Amino acid sequence: MTVPLLDPTIAPPEAPVVAGARVRRGWSPSLVAGAVLLGLILALALVSLFWTPYALDQATPGGRLAGPSADHWAGTDRLGRDQFTQLMLGARTAVWVGTAAVAVAFALGLPLGLLAAAGGRIADDAVIGVVDILIAFPTLLLAMLLVTVYGASTLVAIIAIGVGVCAEVARLTRISASRIFTQDYVLAARTSGTGPIMILIRHVLPNIWHTLLVQATLAFGIAVIAEASLSYLGLGTPPPAPSWGRMLQEAQPTVSVAPWNVLLPGIAVAIAVIGVNLLGDGLRETLDPQLRRNRRAVKR
Amino acid sequence: MLGYLLRRLGWLVGSLFLAGSAVFFLLRVLPGDPAVTLLAVGSPPEQIEAIRHQLGTDRPLLTQYGDWFGGLFTGNLGDSLFTRTPVLEQIVDRLPVTLPLALSAFVASILVAVPVGVFAALRRRNAAGVAVSGLAQLGIALPIFWVGIVVVWLVAVQWRWLPPGGFPRNGWQDPGAAVQSLVLPVVTLTIAQASLLVRYVRSATLDVLNQEYIRTARSLGYSLPRALWRHGLRNGAAPVVNVLGVLLAGSLLGTVVIESVFALPGLGSLLLTSVKSRDLPVVQGAVFLMTATVLLLGLAVDLIQRLIDPRLRGQA
Repeated sequence: MTVPLLDPTIAPPEAPVVAGARVRRGWSPSLVAGAVLLGLILALALVSLFWTPYALDQATPGGRLAGPSADHWAGTDRLGRDQFTQLMLGARTAVWVGTAAVAVAFALGLPLGLLAAAGGRIADDAVIGVVDILIAFPTLLLAMLLVTVYGASTLVAIIAIGVGVCAEVARLTRISASRIFTQDYVLAARTSGTGPIMILIRHVLPNIWHTLLVQATLAFGIAVIAEASLSYLGLGTPPPAPSWGRMLQEAQPTVSVAPWNVLLPGIAVAIAVIGVNLLGDGLRETLDPQLRRNRRAVKR
Repeated sequence: MLGYLLRRLGWLVGSLFLAGSAVFFLLRVLPGDPAVTLLAVGSPPEQIEAIRHQLGTDRPLLTQYGDWFGGLFTGNLGDSLFTRTPVLEQIVDRLPVTLPLALSAFVASILVAVPVGVFAALRRRNAAGVAVSGLAQLGIALPIFWVGIVVVWLVAVQWRWLPPGGFPRNGWQDPGAAVQSLVLPVVTLTIAQASLLVRYVRSATLDVLNQEYIRTARSLGYSLPRALWRHGLRNGAAPVVNVLGVLLAGSLLGTVVIESVFALPGLGSLLLTSVKSRDLPVVQGAVFLMTATVLLLGLAVDLIQRLIDPRLRGQA
């Protein structure tokens, strides 16, 4: 039987190709809003590489816990240091830790998930076991173990967050990839002699990458919050490098005198996280034709 | 089902063993001698030797490893380096703060999030539904400790309704004061957890709304609420139960941050101070217990899911 019964190159009905023309029609509002909010944070982080209103450790004499003014757009902290400078540098820390942690999570989680989906029962069981253990060590506990040993540092935070998030990446990859593996077109590809690696590249990854991209944006949001939390607890970025979490920790005792010092870093975290979440929603709507069709199908 | 249960219990024992080993070895890769790190520079050698003996690091690694697992079975997690009291005793002392906090927040988030999530799904096209979803998004995006600080500032400092933090010295002997000091922490934790759950309930409900069986039920004359109740609830519950396990684990872990914001003497703050003072036996014991709890919750969720969803039962 040299002639395959089904031509594996014929796109299946659920493949994005069918709805390709419709996919590109218009920008989703979430996508635009998300890009704008995230862009704001990215711009703060980028500009901070070249310019900040003040030097980080430059204290204004007699200007402690001052409110926002023309000189200090976000006021000053309890040492008289400019808060806007710290917010900018904090954005840099958040973006760096978020990106690096997502990279760690995907470097670990994607191969694990694909292995589980493609590698048969034993590989699947082994990966599920690993993922179970990883889930039992959430970011916070892992960070605590690592900090006990190595002391608090940005690197420890990145590793703890990345490993903490990678379980979810592995699980999602496994679920979405094994769904593709049960499709007729994969069976057809297999019967016509396509090897497992080629099946992964040609059929599985093109059908799951949009799910993974959305997961990456969610993971970035989780990482930004986790970084802030670890720094707040004193387990993350150590002084003097600014972090939104540590700004909040330092501002907490003076909240009744200088509430803006608490409000602004929290709002910065929220803008970053809502930004990536909206971006993820927008990407999902734009990239997943199935979802677009379903949305239209629901009527009430 | 029995075969599955045995297999799953086997998994649990294996995972507990691996988790215990991971905790043990992660803490033992400490560069240098923990006894030296603990003491001031220039401490006399006999003092270092005494600490080493107390830590047990003067014995071979495998013996220590065996002792650690032996201790787990007998409930002996070692002694704290600083207070010299048994670790287990310290942990048990902290539970009257942490357990009520985590469990009330867990129950409260379910009570809030399930109706709100279903509402957000049914009314997703009008302002109220969109506003609810937006609020949930905001609740997820705000760091939990920030919510806590703002809640303390408004409710405790500005309006002086409730204590800003701390816990009565005599604990639950004064139930009124104990409950009062837990209200704001529970509210804060609930805001964070319920926001997360609303999203899942909403999307599970939307999922169910899209199904053919709901359309069929509607065409048979069922009203939408009745169709959802008869056919949607059980179908929609499976993914939500899965999240509930994660949520309870999250509530437990969230106490670490919450207890820090509200200065509560719970398990989380014990863990945090022990991490900072490098009290290895306490960190080791507390992390292992939390990990074991998360693993047990995972097992419970799997079993409940199987009871709800007969489609899963055929699978191994």
